[in-house]
Amino acid sequence: MKVSLSVNGTSHTLEVPANTLLVEVLREHLRLTGTHVGCDTSQCGACTVHLNGRAVKSCTVLAAQAEGAEVTTIEGIGSAERLHPMQEAFREHHALQCGFCTPGMIMAAIDLVQRQPNLDRRAVREGLEGNLCRCTGYHNIVSAVMAAAPRMTGGGGHG
Amino acid sequence: MAEPAAAATTRAIGTPALRKEDRRFITGRGQYTDDLNQPGQLHAVFLRSPHARARIDSIDTREALGVEGVVAVLTGHDMAEDGLGDLPCGWLVKQKDGSDMVSAPHPPLARDVVNYVGEPYGLVLAETRHAAHRAAELVATEFSERAAVVDPAAAMSSEDIHTGVIGNVAYDWVLGDQAATDAALASAAHVTRLDLINNRLIPNAIEPRAALGVVDPATGEHILYTTSQNPHLERLVLSAFVKIAPEHKLRVIAPDVGGGFGSKIFVYAEETAVLWAARRVGRPVKWTAERSESFLADAHGRDHVTHAELGLDAEGRFVALKVHTIANLGAYLSTFGSSVPTYLYGTLLAGQYRTPNIFVEVHGVYTNTAPVDAYRGAGRPEATYVVERLVETAARELGRDPAELRRINMIRPEDFPYQTPVALVYDTGNYQASLDKALELIDYANFPTRRAEAARRGKRRGIGFSCYIEACGLAPSKLAIQLGAGVGLYESGEIRVNPTGSVTVYTGSHSHGQGHETTFAQVVADRFGIGIDDVEVVHGDTGRIEFGLGTYGSRSLAVGGSALVKAADKLIEKGKRIAAHMLESDVEAVDFADGRFRVRDSNQSLSFAEVAFAAYVPSNYPDGLEPGFSEKAFYDPQNFTYPAGTHIAEVEIDEETGVVTLVDFVAVDDFGNVVNPMIVHGQVHGGLAQGVGQALLEHGVYDAFGQLQTGSYMDYCLPRADDLPDFRVDTTVTPCTHNPLGVKGCGEAGAIGSPAAVMNAVTDALGVRDLPMPATPEKVWRALRG
Repeated sequence: MKVSLSVNGTSHTLEVPANTLLVEVLREHLRLTGTHVGCDTSQCGACTVHLNGRAVKSCTVLAAQAEGAEVTTIEGIGSAERLHPMQEAFREHHALQCGFCTPGMIMAAIDLVQRQPNLDRRAVREGLEGNLCRCTGYHNIVSAVMAAAPRMTGGGGHG
Repeated sequence: MAEPAAAATTRAIGTPALRKEDRRFITGRGQYTDDLNQPGQLHAVFLRSPHARARIDSIDTREALGVEGVVAVLTGHDMAEDGLGDLPCGWLVKQKDGSDMVSAPHPPLARDVVNYVGEPYGLVLAETRHAAHRAAELVATEFSERAAVVDPAAAMSSEDIHTGVIGNVAYDWVLGDQAATDAALASAAHVTRLDLINNRLIPNAIEPRAALGVVDPATGEHILYTTSQNPHLERLVLSAFVKIAPEHKLRVIAPDVGGGFGSKIFVYAEETAVLWAARRVGRPVKWTAERSESFLADAHGRDHVTHAELGLDAEGRFVALKVHTIANLGAYLSTFGSSVPTYLYGTLLAGQYRTPNIFVEVHGVYTNTAPVDAYRGAGRPEATYVVERLVETAARELGRDPAELRRINMIRPEDFPYQTPVALVYDTGNYQASLDKALELIDYANFPTRRAEAARRGKRRGIGFSCYIEACGLAPSKLAIQLGAGVGLYESGEIRVNPTGSVTVYTGSHSHGQGHETTFAQVVADRFGIGIDDVEVVHGDTGRIEFGLGTYGSRSLAVGGSALVKAADKLIEKGKRIAAHMLESDVEAVDFADGRFRVRDSNQSLSFAEVAFAAYVPSNYPDGLEPGFSEKAFYDPQNFTYPAGTHIAEVEIDEETGVVTLVDFVAVDDFGNVVNPMIVHGQVHGGLAQGVGQALLEHGVYDAFGQLQTGSYMDYCLPRADDLPDFRVDTTVTPCTHNPLGVKGCGEAGAIGSPAAVMNAVTDALGVRDLPMPATPEKVWRALRG
């Protein structure tokens, strides 16, 4: 089947089997390998991307469901030279170690901050419970999100 | 030539430098094995046993081969026909009677029998992953099921799994003086006895294992990209034992690796099969585990059944410790599976204490479960759990304060070096200092107030201690090899100073989250007085690095970092000769500090970069000195390092639901000198999360038939952000006495100390002697109701 979607601001039209998942489109067709796959039960959140501005687990979205949608991946929120405030905060607060869960964690955290003003540390923990990290014990991830939240306020677009 | 500025006055060691590797990870530009692809690659899906123990009667691949896009279905018999060898166990443990342990053959792909659910016995190769999956489901395999041996405690009285392994015992290993320990126990004023289970854990690095094999038929070069913590060891085993290809034709690359925690040390069936299959069919082959495969076929951790006795005299001094453990090794001996419940467990049973008599006996047994091997802490969490649960229980039985009972038994600063009764010699430490700091941080004096306040809210509050010791940087090679190790335990490092003074560092250690690209750069930058951005660290590729033993056992900085210091010092010596010649001075009169070679008592000096340049453009240069400015070194430690510390947990238990909430956790650790405190704290946080996970959430469970009941994140409870509190971590410092950095290692401490602290707190809150981990709401609810 044919699917048209916009990824990080670029339009794509692809011919894919009907059972193709969004994460397969991103990783295998578009070679956007920043979005990772860490489980097979939609539990780990490593594949989190934004679909029309909301965080989704792209292993649980069919490509067909993204027809006409705007998808943003970790590659689309900032660049190595100009990091998104959440990316910057993850670096400053040592909120990543092996880096594998990090893209999904950052995408989920951005969505959390956008949806929920006045986060405290407990609310960040609850808001990120859909994303597994085995390295950091989450302590520094919570610190990073708390630091990024005020910097993001007033920011537009996917920022 | 530019003069070094700020860098010369700033020491890189000891600063919380932000990580150099982060920029690629936070922008999605990391390159993990599954992110790599080769033109023409095939996708592999493994055929796995659905039974815990069975004979394979027949494998019918006809229907599978008819699926569009399927190229081949290969089995263990095909692999045997090609002459591949078995997967070896790398540590030969000697038994009580002096004989060798009994190691059952471990073919990478099972041929006639399967011995655990998930054991691979073949693989399907296809143009797409979907096609390979469809075909794998159509392979018709006939099995004759046999009764599985699952419970380690019953393994010795069950049917033999492997021919020739009597009673399923791989080894009966002892350490210490049994007669003296028995005598001391018999005359002890008090003996505390506990039966303990150390629950089976499943490591669960978030990146699943993966492999991509490429073979060039023209040159014979084999390249294996894989998720490994130690690519050179992988190459050595695949070449020397499995005999896939000779080492000079085999290159193993571990690119970015998404966590390991031990589980990616080992040489597994899957990457072996992928590389062999790539050669056999003449196309690159790629495999990435699904999470369910990680649960079934990654090496698991822990799984001990233990009876332990601690004898005390009338003053509360420990007089004897006797331990018997049945260690579940799984269906086959994994790469280092034999060493974990012996040399990394029995040797640690002295803990932080002056217990004069210790005896331990370990029965390592086979069962029809996934192989068990090193998982973060590897033997040391199990030892700490035994010692610290016993000590806490003894304090309760005797009505003594648990902190004070520990204090009067601790090895004192003046006792070092301290020879334990279980082989190790601790070089240094100050256990009272970390205990005192932890007591102050947790505000121990006011715990009764907190407990009373919690009671008013209907919560039972408990406090628990754990004063742990660990042994890191396993060493020295000669001793370990005498004790059965199949490899050396040194590390290599090479420093290439480029002509313009920037530096490329090659290390045999491997980083999969530890931050070596930053800390190793700090070590080298500090030695040379240059900036850390002028140092690039390369690791994880046998084609670029001479040799290495990789990262495990919190060894990287203590061993790998020390190798770099040794190489750096060789360069500084060479630099002094070059500088002396250029400045027309005696070599003995040249000092190197803050990035400059200076002639003593003069104003003459040259920068590090100027000397490097001269070494590559040798016009004004000493006669007889080789040009170039690079050196390498192998560092073989004289001893283990001994990090130690005190962890204190406070929990609250809801009486209605049995839910345990970890409300406070203090960790005070002595890692020796700290190169990057930010990274050290991060390592402690992560270790604590895994230790708390073991105590409260995680349990790898097989049913009586050997079916894994916890095969996904739906039923194996990995800690999530809302399961954990903020951790309060601090350090004390006694520098290691025998490595040039004075460092000890910090990667595992969190996972080693914390389970005992949490369970001591849970049993304190409940007022029970013991509760098997994990302390789930159901178990706690039942315990509350007697």
